[in-house]
Amino acid sequence: MNFNATLIGQLVTFAIFVWFTMKFVWPLLLKQMEEREARIADGLAAAEEGQKKLAQAQQDSVDEINKGKEKAATIISQAQKRGDEIVEEAKESAKRESERIKEQAFSEIEQEKEKARQDLRNQVATLAVAGAQQILMREVDQNAHNEVLSKISQQL
Amino acid sequence: MAGGTELTSNSYIQHHLQNLVFGQLPAGYERVDAEGHSHVLDHAEWTIAHSPQEAVDMGFWAINLDTMGWSIFLGLIFLFFFRRVATAKQTGAPSGFTNLVEMIVEFVNKNVNDIMSVKNPLIGPLALTIFVWVTLMNTMDIVPVDLLPLTAQFIAGDPHFYFKVVPTTDPNITFGLSIGVFILIIYYSIKMKGVGGFLGELAFQPFGKYMVPFNLLLEGIALIAKPVSLALRLFGNLYAGELIFLLIATLLGAALPFFIGSFLGGVLQFVWAVFHILVVLLQAFIFMMLTIVYLSMAHEHH
Repeated sequence: MNFNATLIGQLVTFAIFVWFTMKFVWPLLLKQMEEREARIADGLAAAEEGQKKLAQAQQDSVDEINKGKEKAATIISQAQKRGDEIVEEAKESAKRESERIKEQAFSEIEQEKEKARQDLRNQVATLAVAGAQQILMREVDQNAHNEVLSKISQQL
Repeated sequence: MAGGTELTSNSYIQHHLQNLVFGQLPAGYERVDAEGHSHVLDHAEWTIAHSPQEAVDMGFWAINLDTMGWSIFLGLIFLFFFRRVATAKQTGAPSGFTNLVEMIVEFVNKNVNDIMSVKNPLIGPLALTIFVWVTLMNTMDIVPVDLLPLTAQFIAGDPHFYFKVVPTTDPNITFGLSIGVFILIIYYSIKMKGVGGFLGELAFQPFGKYMVPFNLLLEGIALIAKPVSLALRLFGNLYAGELIFLLIATLLGAALPFFIGSFLGGVLQFVWAVFHILVVLLQAFIFMMLTIVYLSMAHEHH
C-alpha cells in the first residue's frame, strides 16, 4: 500500500469527470426525463379526453338516431293521415262527380222524354188531323187550324 | 501468472497485487533484472518498475499506469455512454440502454433528493459519477483474474509485466475519490457556515465550551474518519474480493491434479463471482450514499 502520484491523478480525473457530468450529462438527462414525463402525462390526459369525447359522441349518435326515428315516425303517420285524407277527398269528389253525371243523365233523359212526348204529341196531332181529314174527307187548313192543333197537342 | 521458472502461490499472488508503476529511479540505484544481473544507474532515469522494491523506491512522484489508465478509461466509458443518451434524439418510447441510464439517473436523483435538505446542483452529478464510475471499476473484479494481465504480458512481450486491472483495489484510486469528497465537505461546511461556524462546530460540540480540546479531538477524528473510512471500505472490500479470486486460482490448482483442480477452481471462481456482483454494486452504492450524507451534513447547521 504505497501512495504515489496516482492519488493526485485520480483526484484531478475525478474533478474533471464530475465537472463534465454536471455540465454536459446530468442536466440534459434530467431535462429529457422531465420532458418525457410531461409528454406521457399529456398523452394520458389526451387519451382520457378522447375517451370522454368518444362516449359523448356515442351518446350523441344514439340521441340523433332516436330523434331521427321519432321524426320518421311522425312523418310516416302524417303521410298516412294525408293519404287517408286524399283517399277520402277522392271518394268525395268521385261521389260528387257521379252525382253530377247522374243528374245530367236524368236531365237528359227528362229532355229526351219531353222531346219524345213532343214528337208524340205532334204525331198524335198529325194523326188526329189526318184522322179528322179522313173523317171529314177534306183538307183541314193547317195554318187556319194551327192554334186548335197546338191546343190539342198541349193537352196531350 | 508470473511465468517465471519457480512459480509459487506466494509469488503468483504478489505479482498480481503489484501495480505497473512508472517513475524516476535516482542516480546510483542498483537494478536487478529477472535473470539476477545487476547494474547501477549512472544518472536518474524515468522508467517502469521491474519489482515491488523498485516501485517503492520511486517515491511519491510515480504513477500506477495500470489502475490510473483503467480508471480513466472506465470513467470515459461512463461519460461517453451517458452523454450519448443525454444528447440522443428523443424518439417516442425509450428502450434498452436509454432505459438503463434513466433508471440509474432516477435512482441517484431520488436518493439525493431524499437525503439533501438543500438544493445543490453539484451533488446529483457527483453522486452519479461516483456510483457509475465505482461500479464500473469494481466490475473489473469480475473479469477473470488472469485474462487481462496475460493479455497485457503478451502484448508487452514481457512475462514479468505487472498489470493490475481493478482500479478500486489500488488505495491511490479510492483515496483519490474520498479526498475529492473530503475537499467538498470542507468547502461546503465553510461556505454554508463560514470559517467561524465550521471551526465552532469542531470546537464547541458535543460537550460545550469548557471541553474545547476534547471536542476538537473528537470532532477532528470524526471529520478525518470520513474520507479514510470511505476509501478504506471500498479498497478493503475489493482488495479482499480480488485476493479470494487469486487464492481460488492458486490453491485449488496447486493442491489437486490439474483437471479436477481447474474444474473445481472454475466452479468456485464462478460462485464467488456471482456473490461478488453483490459486493460490486453494494460498495459503489455505499460510497455514493455516504458521499451524499456527508455533504448533506456539511450543508446543515448542527
